[in-house]
Amino acid sequence: MQRQSLFLKMTATLGFIFLYAPLIALIVYSFNKSKLVTVWGGWSLKWYGELFRNEQIIDAALLSLKIAFISASLAVVLGTIAGLVLSRFGRFRGKLILSGWITAPLVMPEVITGLSLLLLFVAMEGAFGWPAGRGIGTIIIAHTTFCMAYVAVVVQSRLSQLDDTLEEAAMDLGAKPASLFFLVTLPLIKPALISGWLLSFTLSLDDLVIASFVSGPGNTTLPMLIFSKVRLGVSPEVNALATIMIAVVALGVVAAILQMRRQTRLTMVANQT
Amino acid sequence: MSIQTGAAWVDFASSRLARYKLFNGINWGRLAVISVPTLWLGIFFFVPFLVVFKISLSESAIAIPPYTSLLDWDLEEAYINIKLNLGNYLYLFEDTFYLDAYLSSVKIATISTFFTLLIGFPIAYLIARSKPSTRTLLLSLVILPFWTSFLLRVYAWMGLLKKNGIVNEFLLNIGIIEQPLTMLQTDFAVYVGIVYTYLPFMILPLYTALEKMDMTLLEAAEDLGARPSISFFLITVPMAIPGIIAGCLLVFIPAVGEFVIPALLGGSDTLMIGRVLWDEFFLNRDWPMASTVAIVMLVVLVLPIMLIRNSQGKEERV
Repeated sequence: MQRQSLFLKMTATLGFIFLYAPLIALIVYSFNKSKLVTVWGGWSLKWYGELFRNEQIIDAALLSLKIAFISASLAVVLGTIAGLVLSRFGRFRGKLILSGWITAPLVMPEVITGLSLLLLFVAMEGAFGWPAGRGIGTIIIAHTTFCMAYVAVVVQSRLSQLDDTLEEAAMDLGAKPASLFFLVTLPLIKPALISGWLLSFTLSLDDLVIASFVSGPGNTTLPMLIFSKVRLGVSPEVNALATIMIAVVALGVVAAILQMRRQTRLTMVANQT
Repeated sequence: MSIQTGAAWVDFASSRLARYKLFNGINWGRLAVISVPTLWLGIFFFVPFLVVFKISLSESAIAIPPYTSLLDWDLEEAYINIKLNLGNYLYLFEDTFYLDAYLSSVKIATISTFFTLLIGFPIAYLIARSKPSTRTLLLSLVILPFWTSFLLRVYAWMGLLKKNGIVNEFLLNIGIIEQPLTMLQTDFAVYVGIVYTYLPFMILPLYTALEKMDMTLLEAAEDLGARPSISFFLITVPMAIPGIIAGCLLVFIPAVGEFVIPALLGGSDTLMIGRVLWDEFFLNRDWPMASTVAIVMLVVLVLPIMLIRNSQGKEERV
């Protein structure tokens, strides 16, 4: 037993090194003075300065944040409705279709989703004149569509774990469907909504392929800009950008762990008293 | 506060609606709620495939948009001419380039999925067997890279695998190799990239399956004299099968259609169907051919997997 667990620990440690080595390399080289990624020219904050002076990157980042914010919010509204309908509405005609459509975007290769949405937008523009050209609006529609699938899955699984006695009690006390939803169900599924929103936000912020298909000229999102920069050659300010993004995410994850620890401790205390 | 007033308003509206006798029998509020996500997905997810299918039957043209129309009509002469072009589909089978791309995508995705499983299993197993407090920490360590940009994680490997990159420098310094290896822009780099970026998708379902496992089974096996390796293959692995299947599908499906990884890490000879579709669309500007590639990929690769996944989901629920 002892030998097996040592072997296990070693392979798992190697796995964690594999997961983190590239991120650590990115962080270290973001402080490199030299323009050449592999030549160490001493510590410097030069590339951070370059990054903040680069208006192209700042504009793309702001555009991406705006799109991610709007898409995540829309996706939470639509995804919550879909999740609720699938887990609380019992049987209805078309349920099979909706449940199929909800999970399909999760497994659809991005190139197909992107291509098909673009061709739809072009066909719609030809038929009704809307959307006139492509830009922020079409990217938001595309991102909302694939993000709502993730939100629906998260909400659905939360609702299936949830005991529906509270909802039944509210109904017995005469709550109408709408107030039942806003006053009972919504507060109960709040954690799922928050994680669904965060997931959608990062997915939208991260998407290169779909945005490339459905964006118009002049609407370059951050991943599109990074992709073209990286393809053309090494640009050290991308290392600085990556480090900032990793730092933000790490802080978020640490905050989430601390919050979870505090909550478990609180419930433990509450259970003891 | 605003939620309450919102709810009160909806209640008011629905009670007004209920007064109309006409609507009795049909629950209009319910219908409206159901139709919102259904209509959205219908318009922006389902209909697009019909459009793609339609365009795959047209011909490439120098026009805006760059394809011919399937219908050709003249009301005065009273004729409608429907022109379906199957040439794109025939061309797909005539030119072995596309067939090679499909096969090579499947090969690359299969091999990468296997290695993801091989690397992911020990990590998932270790997490499932550790104390609850360390478990949260280790799980967050797995999830953290998943929350950082996919593109930037692929980019990080470009810096590692280059000819004068960190991996080569390291191997040269410790004297394992004498000449720097060519790793970037090879299939090897594509495998590394896919395994790396999809590893969390494998670990999480594996962890869920292993965590649910009844540990007393292993103790019983040990009491009956089974060696650890035997009880691992006869008990642990079979118990983890739902997680293995879920993880493999979560890695395999996106890997088949991958564009970013072969574009950044692969060489010009790395054939993957996602990249072929992209080039057909953006470089050759042949929209009908790109649509054909997408439709065939959907029917041959994605649809069967979705059907398998669905039937399994049903079995699990039963």
